[in-house]
Amino acid sequence: MLAEFRDYLTASLADLGDVVRFLMRLLVNTPRALLRGDLIIAQIYNAGTLSLVIIMLSGLFVGMVLGLQGFQLLQRFGSEEALGTAATIGLVKELGPVVTALLFAGRAGTALASELGLMRATDQLSAMEMMAVDPIQRVVVPRFLGGVIAMPLLAAIFSMIGIYGAQLIGVQFMGVDSGSFWSQMQASVDLEDVTEGIVKSAVFGVACSLIAVYEGYHAMPTAEGVGQATTRTVVTSAVVTLFLDYLITAMFL
Amino acid sequence: MGKSRALNLGTGSFVLLGFAALFFLTTQTTSRGLSFASQPHYDVTAKFDNIGDLKVGAPVSIAGVEVGRVAKISFDSREFKAVVVMSLNSRYNQIPADSDASIYTQGLLGGKYVGLAPGGADTYLKDKDHIDVTFSAFVLENLIGQLAANFIKGKSDAPTPAAPEKTK
Amino acid sequence: MNQSAAIVEIRNLKYGVGGRPVFDGLAMEIPRGRVTAVMGPSGTGKTTLLRLITGQVAADGGSIRVADQELTGLSHAELYLLRRRMGMLFQNGALLTDLSVFENVAFPLREHTDLPERLIRQLVLTKLQAVGLRGAAEFMPAELSGGMSRRVALARAIVMDPEILIYDEPFVGLDPISLGVILRLIRRLNDALGLTSIVVSHDVQEISSVADVVFLLSGGKVVAQGAPQELRTYPSEIVVQFMGGLADGPVPFHFPATDYFGELLARDGDP
Repeated sequence: MLAEFRDYLTASLADLGDVVRFLMRLLVNTPRALLRGDLIIAQIYNAGTLSLVIIMLSGLFVGMVLGLQGFQLLQRFGSEEALGTAATIGLVKELGPVVTALLFAGRAGTALASELGLMRATDQLSAMEMMAVDPIQRVVVPRFLGGVIAMPLLAAIFSMIGIYGAQLIGVQFMGVDSGSFWSQMQASVDLEDVTEGIVKSAVFGVACSLIAVYEGYHAMPTAEGVGQATTRTVVTSAVVTLFLDYLITAMFL
Repeated sequence: MGKSRALNLGTGSFVLLGFAALFFLTTQTTSRGLSFASQPHYDVTAKFDNIGDLKVGAPVSIAGVEVGRVAKISFDSREFKAVVVMSLNSRYNQIPADSDASIYTQGLLGGKYVGLAPGGADTYLKDKDHIDVTFSAFVLENLIGQLAANFIKGKSDAPTPAAPEKTK
Repeated sequence: MNQSAAIVEIRNLKYGVGGRPVFDGLAMEIPRGRVTAVMGPSGTGKTTLLRLITGQVAADGGSIRVADQELTGLSHAELYLLRRRMGMLFQNGALLTDLSVFENVAFPLREHTDLPERLIRQLVLTKLQAVGLRGAAEFMPAELSGGMSRRVALARAIVMDPEILIYDEPFVGLDPISLGVILRLIRRLNDALGLTSIVVSHDVQEISSVADVVFLLSGGKVVAQGAPQELRTYPSEIVVQFMGGLADGPVPFHFPATDYFGELLARDGDP
């Protein structure tokens, strides 16, 4: 039992080391990949623009739920005016970055992993190597950077839409005063709260994109292998996101 | 080429929307709002024994109307008091010089703000003036304590927070 | 430059996967300017040999010289430079699925050169014409049949004018017509472009009709080499079995197993 746990631990550590080495490889290749703006734009499109609808819809509903729940709770204390503060803090610091990262893993991460896995399975990556084109630089790094750039923007859009969703419920339906909704929010939300959210989404962007391209690039070249890679992408991204969320929250305290 | 144009357009719109959202979050949800910085204003200073968790950017109001914002908070180490600099909108330039300043709480759990109560003097507050009469903030813990006690008793009609006037 | 007659020289090559040796002391010399076939039963490491020659995997020991350059000890950049002088046709074509046929063939040019668009267009169309698929330039890879994909991949492999062209199992799963087309292309490209072709295959009939030299691999060693006609009369059991397509011989029909009747008669849970 103890030995099993120790083996598991060493295996996980080795995996982590492998991922970090992969990240280094990506970073080394980043300067040259940056010269190919067209490739990165295409990947921002894939990771960002194509995720926009799901992010905006989810943001709206999460915001509306916050508006409803927050109102019910705050009403008991007679301070419905704090709804703007509560919803904004919740969205900007936690729900925005975390839910965006989870949705990103499900929408863009799986797409990345399966795309790379299929390219591996159909020899497209080897073919590039044989054409003296480094697939890391040509294929993997642009996808990684696209995700890294898209994530903070997606999280910000999520939070913004969410705040308007909370405002819609709180102000339009529940009758919270619009002026105090906004002025209380502005008085009690610090720039540091927003910074924390941005830092989180940036870190999640690196983590989720890295996991997706790592799993895809190292997928076993079979249909089953590609399936496993996409599954692992979602599961690992979710766990890592929540773990990092705790870590960053603790750091900002 | 039509395909790559659509792609660039889609990416551009997304990035623009993303940065608009970031801008919204940093300026519209926090006190870094641009509303007062850009408008003509004048500064008055007041010293408080205790400002609670008053923050830079909190509203300054008279009779519930916002007339300015807290611009700066510092500590006077000789008098051991909090020095609050308030930026008042130049539109409201006829506030009596002997007005007093209190720190209130919005709602029960809301943020703090500064309320000005007009005095009766003929002269008006102007830039770099001081407000001499001030009333401190309530310490939140006292209120929470009261509240908690009431909840335990199961009373739904929690008492409204005591108004600062009672301390005069 | 002092060019040796062999464009690929393999000496005492050692390579293993997971402790199991695939090659142990393999030696080969592939002549310049000819069509060389590498044949052998499945599982003898033919594809692995290609991956070793192209530097996709590193040997455990021995020496591989390609175009007078020793592969072991070559840096990443030097290896990539060497690969620009090789073209490779993968089993299923390995076209980039997000690019059209035209862009697939143009891909190496766009990545490695700064040629004007007009010239790229000319080069690509010339190569597509050579494989008879100029009319399919705007198709996507998913719209092509297996034979067509392989021909497009061939056009892509020769677009940079390589010195060595490598074919990995080019005949697998092709109908007789496509097969004939590919066979003709291998011969024609080799002679017209003056390159060296290396074909890995286990299709005896097809390869015999096109190859100048045949290497027969078995058990990680070269068991026979020579012109196709010579191999037909080669005095070795395994060559006879392979060239004649006999089911049983030195390469046994049965995968090693326990006694057949014993296993049939055994009851469940009673081995």
